This record gives sequence, C-alpha cells and structure tokens, in this order.
Amino acid sequence: MGRAVAQARAGLSSRTGWSAAALLPLAFLGLFFAWPVLAIVSLGLREGGVLEAVFEGDTWELAGFTLGQALASTIVAVVAGMPLAFVLARCRIRGLGLVRAAVMVPFVLPTVVVGLAFRTFWPDGGVLPIVLANAFFNVAVVARTVGGLWAHTDRRAEDAARALGASRPRAFLSVVLPALAPAIGSAAAVVFLFCATSFGVVLVLGGSRYRTLETEIYLRTVELFDLSGAAALSLLQFAAVLVVLVLGALARRRRETALALRGREELARRPAGGEWYVVGAAFAVVVALLTPVVGLVTRSLSTRDGWSLAGYVALNTRGDRGTLAVTGIDAAVNSLRTAFDATLVALVVGVFSAVVLVGLRRSGARFAEVLDTALMLPLGVSAVTVGFGYLITMDALPGDFRTSPMLVPLAQALVVTPLVVRMVLPVLRAVDERLRQAAAALGASPSRVWREVDLPLVGRSLVAAAGFGYVVALGEFGATSFLARPDAPTLPVVIARLMSRPGELNSQMAYAACALLMVVTVGCVLLIERLRVPSSGEF
Amino acid sequence: MALELDSITVRYGRTTAVSDVSLSVRDGEVVALLGPSGCGKSTLLRTVAGLEKPSSGAVRWDGADLAGVPVHRREFGLVFQDGQLFPHRTVAGNVAFGLRMKKVEREARDKRVLSLLELVGLEGYADRRVTQLSGGEQQRVALARALAPSPRLLLLDEPLSALDRALREQLAVDLARLLREAATTALVVTHDHDEAFTLADRVAIMSRGRIVQVGPPAEVWSSPVDVETAKFLGCSRFVPGSFVGLDVERVGLRATALRVDSEGLLEGTVLERVHRRDHVRLLVEIGGEEYEAVGPVSVGDRVRLAIDLDGVARVG
Repeated sequence: MGRAVAQARAGLSSRTGWSAAALLPLAFLGLFFAWPVLAIVSLGLREGGVLEAVFEGDTWELAGFTLGQALASTIVAVVAGMPLAFVLARCRIRGLGLVRAAVMVPFVLPTVVVGLAFRTFWPDGGVLPIVLANAFFNVAVVARTVGGLWAHTDRRAEDAARALGASRPRAFLSVVLPALAPAIGSAAAVVFLFCATSFGVVLVLGGSRYRTLETEIYLRTVELFDLSGAAALSLLQFAAVLVVLVLGALARRRRETALALRGREELARRPAGGEWYVVGAAFAVVVALLTPVVGLVTRSLSTRDGWSLAGYVALNTRGDRGTLAVTGIDAAVNSLRTAFDATLVALVVGVFSAVVLVGLRRSGARFAEVLDTALMLPLGVSAVTVGFGYLITMDALPGDFRTSPMLVPLAQALVVTPLVVRMVLPVLRAVDERLRQAAAALGASPSRVWREVDLPLVGRSLVAAAGFGYVVALGEFGATSFLARPDAPTLPVVIARLMSRPGELNSQMAYAACALLMVVTVGCVLLIERLRVPSSGEF
Repeated sequence: MALELDSITVRYGRTTAVSDVSLSVRDGEVVALLGPSGCGKSTLLRTVAGLEKPSSGAVRWDGADLAGVPVHRREFGLVFQDGQLFPHRTVAGNVAFGLRMKKVEREARDKRVLSLLELVGLEGYADRRVTQLSGGEQQRVALARALAPSPRLLLLDEPLSALDRALREQLAVDLARLLREAATTALVVTHDHDEAFTLADRVAIMSRGRIVQVGPPAEVWSSPVDVETAKFLGCSRFVPGSFVGLDVERVGLRATALRVDSEGLLEGTVLERVHRRDHVRLLVEIGGEEYEAVGPVSVGDRVRLAIDLDGVARVG
C-alpha cells in the first residue's frame, strides 16, 4: 500500500519536477516580455477606443496584407532555402564554406539598409520588393535549420525508395521530405513570424501605400501618439501570431520520430546526375543573395568624386557635424560586447528550455505545448511594443534597471532565444531514448546522461545556434533603437541615425558601417565553421 | 535468490502489458523470457531495469525492494537489440563508459577495456569508430560495454535478433560460453526458442502479459503447458497420446516426430517435400489427415513412418 503510493508519487514527481523547471524560462519570459508588452497594451486600453480601432475596415486590410506578404515571403524563402540546405548537408564540393557564409550574411544586415539596397532596383517600392527583401533575410533560417537535420538523416531510407522503383524526385517527395518535415515546419514558422513582424524593410519599401501592422503600430505610437490605436493593433498582431504558433505546434507534434543520426562525413558525397541541377539552383540563389550585398559594398566605396575610402576613414569620427555621441568604432565595439551578453543569456535560457521541453514531453505532460508556444511568442510581437514596454516597466525593478547595460542584451536575448530553442530542440528530440537509457543503466545519473550523451550529440547545433544568435543580436534593430543609450549605441542604431541625417559623409559612413558589420558577420560565420570540426574519440 | 519479481503488473493507461508476474533468478543463473512479440516480455525487462514503474508488485534484489532505486543506481547491465552505442565515442570509449561512471582509475579502466574486447573477440578494435562496425561487431561492443562495470545482473533485450542467421547462431554460442565463464546472472528476452535454449538455464514462457510456464529448457521443450505454448514451440499437430503410444491425453507433434522408416508402423503418401538445411521436410497424408515428417523420399511415394519421441511434446 505504502509502496504503491510512493511509486505513484515517483511518477508524478518526474512530471512535477519538469513542470517546476519549466517555471524558470516562463519567469524569464514573464518578466522581460509579458510584463512590458502588457503594460503598453493596458496603457492603450485605458485610453479607450480600442474596440473601435479593431473594427475599422482599414485594420482588417492591414492584417490581411501583413499575413499575405508574410506567407508569400515564407514560401519564397523555403523554396530558395531548400537547394541550399541540400548543398550544405549532402554535397562534397568546393566552396562550401563560402556558400555557408554567403547564406548567413543577409540575415544579419540591418533591415533599413536592406530596404535601401532593394530600393535601388525598385525605386518606387511595392509588394514584390517587400516580399523579396523579407525572403532575402530568411533564406538563411531555412537553409541552416533544414540543412542541420538533413546532414544527420540516414541516406538509406532514400536508397530503399529508389530501389523500390521511385525516381529521384519521387524518392525525395515520399521519403526525404517527410523526414525533413519537422525542420521545415520549424523553419517556416520562424520565417513567417519574422516576416509578419518585419519592420525596417516594410517601412522603407512600402512607404504609406503598403503598411503592415508593425509599421502601423510604429507610426501610430511615434508619429500620431495614438496609443489606443497602437494597442489595438498590437493585440490583433498578438492574436494572429498566437494562431500561427498554435497551428505550428500542432503540425510539429504530428511528426516526432527518432532518427538514426549519423555524421555528416559519412553522408556527404559528390553530387551526381540530376543533383547538379539542384546545386546549380543553390548557386543561383547564392548569386541572388550576394547581389544586394555587392551593391552595398560598391556603394560604400563610391562617392560622387569616384572611388574613395572616406566613409571608412570617417568611422573613427562622430560623423558629419557631430551626428553621433560616439565614434563608429566605439559603436562597433559596443555592438560586439552587447551581442555577446545577449547570446550568453539566450543560450542559457534556450538550452535549458529545450531540455525542459524534451523532459516534459517524455513524462507526458501537456504543459510542454504551452511552454513551446510561449517561447516562440517574442518573435511575433512588435519589437517596437517590447522596446516601449521596457521603458515604462523597467523602472519598477530594483537597481535602476532602466539605465543598466544589461537592458539591451536582455531585449536582444528575447529575440535570439526562440532561435536557439528551434535549432537545438529537433536534434535533441531525434536522439534515441534508448541511448540515454543505455547510459543510465551504465550508472550515469540524469545530469550525467545529459552531459555525456545529449550535449555531445547536440554540440554542433549548439555551436551553430550560438553563432546564429550572435549575428542576430548584432543586427537587432527594432527594440535596440528604443533602448540603447545615446552614449552606447550599437552599429545598426548608428547606421539608422546616420541615414536619417543629411550630408554625404554621413551616408558614406553608414554604408561603410554596413560593410563593417558584414565583415564582422562573415568573420563570425567562418569562425563557427572552423569550430565545427568532426568530433573523434573522447569528447 | 538474487533477483525476485513479486506479482509485477505494468499498465499503460487501460492496457495491461504485464499482469501479475512472479519470477526469480538465482545467483549466476541465466533465465530467458521467451514469447511472441507483444507478450510483454520487453516491458518486464524494462521494469527490472527501472525504466518502467510497475503499477503494483515489487522488484527485489537480495531481498531489498528496488522501487526507490533509479536506473543508474541499480548496477544492472543492459543490452539492446540494436546496440545503441554512443556514436560520438570510439569502441574503447563506449566500453569504458560504465567504468568512468564508477570512477575507476584510468590505468585499471584501460586494462579492463582491453580484456573485455579480447573476451568478445574484438582485439585491436579499441580506437575504431563505432559507426564503422558491422552489426555483429556493434553487438559485441554493446555486450562488452554492459559487462565492463561487472553488473550484478545483465539484462539482454533481443540481443541477437538484429543479426543475420549464421552470425546469430555463432554469437548465441559465444554468448552462452561468455555468460557461463563469467558466471553472470542474466535475464534474456527473446522470441527465438533456439536462442533461449542455447543461452538459458531456465526458460520462462510469456503469453499475453503472463508467465505461463517456467522450467529447464529440456522440460519446457518436451512438456509445454498448453496448446498455445506447444504451438509457439514448434508443434504443428495435436493428437491423442495413444497415436504415438504414450499414455497421455494429448501430445503435440513437431515435424521431426515422424521419420521415414521401412520398419515404421504408420503408412502414408508424400504430398510435398522441401529441402531444409540438414534434412528434408515432408508433408504426408496418413488416413486422410496431413502430417509433417522428415525423410529422403519423393513426392507421390507411399512411405512407412516411425515415431521419434524427440519430436513429441506432452501437452498439458
């Protein structure tokens, strides 16, 4: 009798244990996300008129356009990202490192700058450049996330399908694609959220004709001081995002299979036959991705008087007639430091969350879906709202938090954490449960199992997530622009400021700063590539 | 009495996977849990390992209840059907894992790893990557890994099922020798009676979550407890004992029960013949009924058949 109770309690305790652990990431989200956002929304609600704002015909048009352009951008990004994922995961050809770097660079570019780069091709803006620019950013998400899983999936299932008479495309559709579905679903969800809340690009390319909820929130808060209208739109955006997230979670739950993870070295080979078309498509995408980048570098070096390094030289100054409070170099150093802190926070929170999610799911707790969805929410909420929210809530925290140098890293970590979770979780889930059980039977405690089995197996995706998170933090603009103190701006903030001021030197300096940011990004990416050496023997 | 299972029941929601099972394994004894797939034998093994919690009943070791002892403190070795080697470690790294968990000194560890690799016939494989091994080699490494920390009890879950036949038979013999030499106490789960009889001192037959019969291999083989068990153990026909001259109500006939013999008392017509590895299997019609038999004759022949009691099982 007593034993039965003890056993029931033991089963319960593993579930309660994981649920209790889940409170930590939830507390982080609550304090640094929910609270600021709710504060802004309630501020708007108190002014009244929210319901009227929601039911204006204009509002629904905005929502429709927001979701429509996000959907179109997601489709373009997935279609363009798949050949790249294949090349990164399965091909043994020259110039792979270059491809990898070329894919990553767009992701980190400040949105305003990309908007300007696309405007050189479409001077009047429009829907097409908005969609292309949004996709341009997010091809990297698809290529890396899908490529990460693809690099580890067993090739033999595909071979079996081929032997059963399936053509190469047929085998891909019926065997490979379903196996990759979790990664594609994850990536598409992230891309959709990025596109639905994309700010700088839409602002620059859409003008007043094409507005999304995000730019409208910005316009209403900053230019019209229409807080109730902004709050209404925030609520609407939040609701839409929630729907997408729930649908995504349902789609993800359907497919969770234990994959036979294998090393990439054993799977990558020289492409053969029709695969060369895919490689060709991948390189076409790379060229398309590089076009705006090359345009940007060219622009940073050319002035009305011909080629010049004036913009780069000016980085050591405060811009034309003291536009900035610090030099460009200072801002760059500050960027690197801030992004480092943000990445550290995001890694700790993200990896912890991923482990808790796997544990919750294993113990059969329904709570897992809640946490999973909650972790994705920050991606879908207007950075403008979050930034503003920080300004009005962080006063209440002890220790003068509003002026703390940790404020910007925390806001950036909020954006990076979901990425870390989405990159680490699929690999963590794919680890065969019996591998952990084998380790446990050999005397490894649960924490030791994590250290000896999970950590080495997710090591690669962990390093990738760290690098990815770092460059995202480097390029974060929406919230940072609200929170960075004038004497400690980051590089994207400096670029936006320089762009908004007259003077050729300022714009020249902005382009040079963009180029600098790209160099740092490429450097980071190459460094990560170096770190990803194949592990052999003792870890 | 080393391991004792006392009225174990395991339920998943409404399904009962294991139902009121009691079984004991003596020190140094190898017991096989034999049964068709889905009979609950793997669940029972996982319960012993501590990977499943029994809904009721107790797992005891030397009299002590293990309910509160987690997997990693039970000191039970575990070998899965497909090895489940750590892909990021070498062969030696895999074998050394349990020793590292026990904080064994590096020198002693290395020595033990080498002696185990020798034991399983993999000398010189220490630095190989496990992803480059064949299935049989992987399984040997898995066995070495489980044995390295000298577990109190070795749990083997279909250890040979993933291997091809010749290798399986070879490894079964090796494994049996290994378990005897090391005087290992072991519980083996298998659906293959050859494997069970090769490895085990005692066999426990499982069916639909229950243990229906326990005994030495020869006894279980010659006297299955019921028709279902007899069928599982290869009996294809059931006839009154008088048919084979035995004073029992019912006997089960395996193919080898009837052998072509000119002195035999039974007479029939050969309907079919199939070459098996070491004999010819026949389908013979005797008095309007079809029976399996063995012997070197052609289809259509009239044959006389003798009864070979090795192929007869007393059922019930």
